[in-house]
Amino acid sequence: MTKLIIILLSAVFINNYVLSKFLGICPFLGVSKKLNNAVGMSIAVIFVMLIATAATWPIQHYLLDPHDLGYLQTIVFILVIAALVQLVEIVLKRYIPSLHRSLGVYLPLITTNCAVLGVTILNNSENYTFIEAMVNSLGSGLGFLIAMVMFSGVRSAIEGNDIPESFRGLPVTLVAAAITSLSFMGFGGVIENLFA
Amino acid sequence: MRTVRNFTKGIIRENPVLVLVLGTCPTLATSTSVINALGMGAAATIVLVLSNIVISALRKVIPDKVRIPCYIVLIAGLVTAVQMLVKAYAPTLDESLGIYLPLIVVNCIILGRAEMFASKNKVFASAVDGFGMGTGFTLALFLMAAIREVFGNGTFCGIEIPVLAENKISILTMAPGGFMVFGLLIAVVNKIGRHKPQKTDFGCQGCPQAEVCSKIICSDEKEAEGVD
Repeated sequence: MTKLIIILLSAVFINNYVLSKFLGICPFLGVSKKLNNAVGMSIAVIFVMLIATAATWPIQHYLLDPHDLGYLQTIVFILVIAALVQLVEIVLKRYIPSLHRSLGVYLPLITTNCAVLGVTILNNSENYTFIEAMVNSLGSGLGFLIAMVMFSGVRSAIEGNDIPESFRGLPVTLVAAAITSLSFMGFGGVIENLFA
Repeated sequence: MRTVRNFTKGIIRENPVLVLVLGTCPTLATSTSVINALGMGAAATIVLVLSNIVISALRKVIPDKVRIPCYIVLIAGLVTAVQMLVKAYAPTLDESLGIYLPLIVVNCIILGRAEMFASKNKVFASAVDGFGMGTGFTLALFLMAAIREVFGNGTFCGIEIPVLAENKISILTMAPGGFMVFGLLIAVVNKIGRHKPQKTDFGCQGCPQAEVCSKIICSDEKEAEGVD
């Protein structure tokens, strides 16, 4: 149990996917302008990360590993994720149209999001059990959510300021991201000592 | 002449990293040291050239409706091949690039060039375009890595630099330094380049997701205008 909590907390804070591993930077910079978009995107990411892990973990352990097909991992995982996202979109559209209206637009963006493929590959390279892998995916998704929410706050504070012309747009956003990421470095070492 | 232009546009005018702002994830993650940056750049360039050649050769065979999944499968196959080569001949590079090597599959630059250029042009032109874009990607990575390694670690390609080695700014090699150096570099490019700073602050041209993404961003701007 303690191990699961450590995995969860370190995925959220220490190894934050966006701010310390640089996975999923595109949506982080592209969709973080407004809070409700940031939250919608993050919830879609958490959702897809969980189902992607639930699908790829058994494939890796019961299909690829026993038949010595580990080298097919990249191809199989990206195909499974792309198919899953399509499937989820169809199912949501048919059965939960209200959820589809709020998340639907973000789903196609997630297929080629490196955070989702990244979490499935990392779960395998860290040799997590199924439960640990699911907890790690949940933590990574929550970390993404926190980073997005925090950053959309930072961005709304930047807007309306007098910024030098060459820094307008992306450069100032990146510098702000640097400071946000700096604040997350403060968590380093906290989690291990919490349970020591 | 056109060949030369196809090649050079990727390096300067349409540099994938500093002007089009594609492939930010590997740029930030692997630019901690010059060796890593060059390794990543080389791997991505090989995949880019080969994928442009294959996709351009198959452009009349692949049905339009399922082109993106087809491209992804082709690219994933090429990435797997490169990954196995790196594992066999440069195991230390494989270790330091880690997860970012398989993640070349979802690098926007590669899918973007397939969609924007290779699917509409002949094989040779596509190969040149891929090589130019790959070179631009590698140069931008090299530039960032050089700044981060020289000032952050006091070394260049692992060789120590006398004065800087004693006065490291080690934050530059960590995550915040990556964002910071990248932001400053783009600001410098904006300053030097005569082109105006982009209106939308995230350059999505060429990204296959641009259509969906711009829908979200555009709806944002419309709402903002409405409020004003």
